[in-house]
Amino acid sequence: MKISKDDVIHVAELARLEFGEDEIQKFTDQLGNILEYIEKLSELDTEGVEPTSHVLDISTPLREDRVEEWITPEEALQNAPEREDDFFTVPKVIDD
Amino acid sequence: MELPFLTIKKAGELIKGKEISPVEITKALLKRIEEIDGDLNTYITVLGDSALESAERAEKEIAKGGYKGPLHGVPIALKDIFIMKDVPATCGSKMLENFIPPYSATVTQKLVDAGAVILGKNNMDEFAMGSSTETSYFGPTKNPWDTDRVPGGSSGGSAAATAASLCLGSVGTDTGGSIRQPASLCGVVGMKPTYGRVSRFGMIAFASSLDQAGPLTKTVEDSAILLNTIAGGDRRDSTCVEAPVPDYTQSLTEDLKGIKVGIPKEYFVDGMDPDVEDSAKQAIEVLRDLGAEIVEISLPHTEYAVLTYYIIAPSEASSNLARYDGVKYGYRASDTKNLIDMYKKTRAEGFGEEVKRRIMLGTYALSAGYYDAYYLKALQVRTLIKQDFDEAFKKVDAIVAPTSPETAFKIGEKTDDPIKMYLSDVLTIPCNIAGLPGISLPSGLSSTGLPIGIQVLARPFDEETMFRVAHAYEKNSGWSGKRPPV
Repeated sequence: MKISKDDVIHVAELARLEFGEDEIQKFTDQLGNILEYIEKLSELDTEGVEPTSHVLDISTPLREDRVEEWITPEEALQNAPEREDDFFTVPKVIDD
Repeated sequence: MELPFLTIKKAGELIKGKEISPVEITKALLKRIEEIDGDLNTYITVLGDSALESAERAEKEIAKGGYKGPLHGVPIALKDIFIMKDVPATCGSKMLENFIPPYSATVTQKLVDAGAVILGKNNMDEFAMGSSTETSYFGPTKNPWDTDRVPGGSSGGSAAATAASLCLGSVGTDTGGSIRQPASLCGVVGMKPTYGRVSRFGMIAFASSLDQAGPLTKTVEDSAILLNTIAGGDRRDSTCVEAPVPDYTQSLTEDLKGIKVGIPKEYFVDGMDPDVEDSAKQAIEVLRDLGAEIVEISLPHTEYAVLTYYIIAPSEASSNLARYDGVKYGYRASDTKNLIDMYKKTRAEGFGEEVKRRIMLGTYALSAGYYDAYYLKALQVRTLIKQDFDEAFKKVDAIVAPTSPETAFKIGEKTDDPIKMYLSDVLTIPCNIAGLPGISLPSGLSSTGLPIGIQVLARPFDEETMFRVAHAYEKNSGWSGKRPPV
């Protein structure tokens, strides 16, 4: 399956990435090659084969929903690129 | 006595017997790092003062009779993917260049609780995506056997630091071969435990259904000692299994009578370096001489494992790496118009090319209309690969094969060709896809003097058989303890 430049632009949008014109061309070529290579999987008949999303046969363990000591608000905010008081701040969400 | 060249086992014994002090050995390693790591670049962060403080603390504890065990006072390094409270954790990325974790990973905490001295954080491919440590934002690590060559990856810093005696051992991670392949290329022992054996809590996520932490060491015995400490259930990682952890050092016998070892014909691939093939064949003869019954087996879906991997791993990565959005921690681009623009510029500027390539690949594979053709198909083939191993392990107790089809390649040789780079892991990936334990250990040197490795795989949670076969081979191969010319 060949991937087009428009596909790459669309996927970049979904992944919240941004590329220059040169990079879009490069990624179109490289992703195309990789997908072409991966295409070999389609020669295998997997009709009726159960998918394995996880190798371990375990169920999700449950525990009591209880408040515990963990990091402080100050520690949680110590890596914030920008903050105001006890909040993370971000640029405007809606344009003027 | 040259302290940096000691094994963990030997150093632990000497420390216990008060023949050497933790401070003395820590200082010797820090001095050696100072002298030669400028060129090798195996560390992103070296913990000079805090390592000395914990060495001093260990020394006092031991003097007072509070000996904790074989890692007490022993200097160990960590791949820069494990977080440690108040110590920078970069994961090899500009995105986390200034990130200071407010808590520690379970692996880190277990080592600290065992009294180990954490020397520093090892270089790695960015977010563990790579097979050469060349994608690190902090520059490539060089192979101590030949500094024009890569150490393998993604735990290349850990493997090279262990090989060059810049730590006594390190803990890395293996998603598709990232412990075993660099161990093979640097001539050390690298071990990936069964998926679920070691907690992933505080280990920066790449592909969550495949990632597993494990030791890189000079010997199989050291590997067992480290796994004893880091293994075990953890309520903070729901995929970490609450199963008893045996004392792995007890499985290190030198006799392989009654053990059936399978040799998968599919692992002797076209284009394999003839020295690698010869080395594996000689290793098989050593195992036979030790009493193992050698059985030829087939793992028919082997060639599809790498294809499956390059759908599953990027898909999981595209989801895991969505968290790097410039809001709560990590890099944030400046001068952005609005929130979406900030996300895009942050990620465009903060991630390197290989990480972007995998995010793109994963996002595409999971996007509307392609899910069944790629992701679901890959998960179905994963079942077939796992069934191959299930069938094989009805007939044999362990599987032995080359770790990497080649020895260390030149820096820059594969950076322009992603598929060529991805094929570096063709022999290590199936083990991750099936969640098995696997260990790579030295099996020779090529005609050009570069290390070659073989790997031993075993049934899930049967690290004991894996260690037993590896240890017996190591003790009788004549290839253990070879040191690079640094």
